Amino acid sequence: MKSSETMDIPRIKEPTPLQETWYHLKKNKGAMTGLGIITMFVLMAIFAPIVSPRDPLAQQISERLTPMFTNGYIFGSDDLGRDMLSRLIYGARISMTIGVVSVGISLFFGIIIGVTSAYYGGTFDKIVMRLIDIMLAFPYILLTIVIVSLLGPSLTNAMVAIGISQVPRYARVVRASVLAEKESDYVLAEKALGAGNFELMFLTILPNCLSPTIVQATLGVGEAILNSAGLSFLGLGAQPPTPEWGLMIASSKQFITNAWWIVTLPGLAILLAVLGFNLFGDGLRDILDPKMRN
Amino acid sequence: MAEKKEILLSIQNLSFSFDTQRGVVNAVRDISLDIRKGETLTLVGESGCGKSVTAHAINQLNPMPPGKVDHGKIMFRGTDLLTLKRHEIEKLRGTQISMIFQEPMTALNPVFTVGAQIADVFMTHQHMTKQEAMERTIDLFKLVKIPAPERRVNSYPHQLSGGMRQRAMIAMALASPEPGLMIADEPTTALDVTIQAQILDLLNDLKHKIEMSILLITHDMGVVAEMADRVVVMYAGRKVEEADVFSIFETPRHPYTLGLLNSLPSNTKYKNARRLEAITGTVPDMRTIGAGCPFENRCAYASEKCGQEFPTETVLGESHSVWCHNYHMVKEG
Repeated sequence: MKSSETMDIPRIKEPTPLQETWYHLKKNKGAMTGLGIITMFVLMAIFAPIVSPRDPLAQQISERLTPMFTNGYIFGSDDLGRDMLSRLIYGARISMTIGVVSVGISLFFGIIIGVTSAYYGGTFDKIVMRLIDIMLAFPYILLTIVIVSLLGPSLTNAMVAIGISQVPRYARVVRASVLAEKESDYVLAEKALGAGNFELMFLTILPNCLSPTIVQATLGVGEAILNSAGLSFLGLGAQPPTPEWGLMIASSKQFITNAWWIVTLPGLAILLAVLGFNLFGDGLRDILDPKMRN
Repeated sequence: MAEKKEILLSIQNLSFSFDTQRGVVNAVRDISLDIRKGETLTLVGESGCGKSVTAHAINQLNPMPPGKVDHGKIMFRGTDLLTLKRHEIEKLRGTQISMIFQEPMTALNPVFTVGAQIADVFMTHQHMTKQEAMERTIDLFKLVKIPAPERRVNSYPHQLSGGMRQRAMIAMALASPEPGLMIADEPTTALDVTIQAQILDLLNDLKHKIEMSILLITHDMGVVAEMADRVVVMYAGRKVEEADVFSIFETPRHPYTLGLLNSLPSNTKYKNARRLEAITGTVPDMRTIGAGCPFENRCAYASEKCGQEFPTETVLGESHSVWCHNYHMVKEG
């Protein structure tokens, strides 16, 4: 209506939140390193049949315990003559799946529990949070072992166990941010426009609470990979001959003195994968947390 | 002019209280008011006098518990809103009763574009497709005079100025199939005066275009003069005076209304420049107000009776009523 407003605004493309995040991410070295490592593992997992030189399960007893870089075994072979490189590549497939699926399970239940208990509050919130406290009081590994021994040891059950044992953490993170957001004016405004409880909880408030949740989930993937390796090492996760990293360490630990690569390489793979997710998660936290931004 | 129109909303003897840990706060006591079709009623009073609680009681946005309706009725288009079930009131919100909030900065969801938020209202209440809803949103943006609406629908709230955001809020409130009543809770308080004037013009304009009624909550007598057909003055949860806008400014009869007007800069070309008068004292604690007039402790005209019972209505004219024992003593000062 006034001159300054009717003036045609030059076509400026406003960056979407995703573009903005990417812009900040590019400047964060740690996060980019993490992203690079994650990308590498993800590509390895997806293209495992193409990039792995041999069948990860095929045994070649005559060539057992071949050292690294000999006879075409880049990373050597294990005690049954299986190609270590191929096994590590297929291991990435398993570890990535475990990471994503178990975090998915934790997120699903964590979000539902966190959002509803924060939104409804009162006695419901108190009861739910005390239950969560009880779960948190158990050492994490004990909780997963209990769940696995109830369900039976297998990779799938390990994922479920890890997923469930991490639910309290996500529930807490989500609850805290929903508590902070639910008193906002825009929630009341949306309510005044006729939004029901479900809409308010999951379509109005939740999208505003995603940043801390995403950070937590990214860090959680790394942790889930580590945990599943731990479970497999204890014989409660993947079963032989699955090329799972933790299991690979467990089944070859007696060779550590004469064939160090069979034990060390899976360990390094775990280390690298966890490091990647942690670096990326830390970087994301710096970017998504407005308080940490300059 | 509005006398003959039918009554759209009628609040009858509404009392609303909050049961807090530190005692029961009687936020609203025995409020009655009628809003006719196409009329603007303003609710005036200082902070904490129960204006917003009254307005929020209409579409039940007060937190309950601790809030509680003690008694009263809110009749809207023939039904008592207080008897409706939760999903029935949800259906009314945003379709027949819409609302504009005080803080355009915080009343829009920061993670969605303004266009998406408004289109969402069309999609939920009128089951439009996304494209139809977007087109209607652009139309609305034109109606509320947002420049370059095709581009602005894709902006996030933080990319818009305060005035622009308030326009978007108004557009959102208009995204209903049959806007009957618009509750505007201090719509201009957070804006600077020039934008304020534009927003008020816009509201007046829209009121005539689509014949809606406005319940305007404000503490700014300037806004009252600009907008109101009728005025209800509230003090500490009570209605103390009700009149058409001319009577309120020309012949206020309640000492509190008079105090409000005297505390305005008059600006008649600075000729009779005077110090601004303030009403002495402070608002009483809402938990400890007795049966008497709540204004008694600050009132220059208070008599013994004032502390004992709240006065009944005195009808002074066709559209002018006052609740004061000593109204006849109040002269324009």
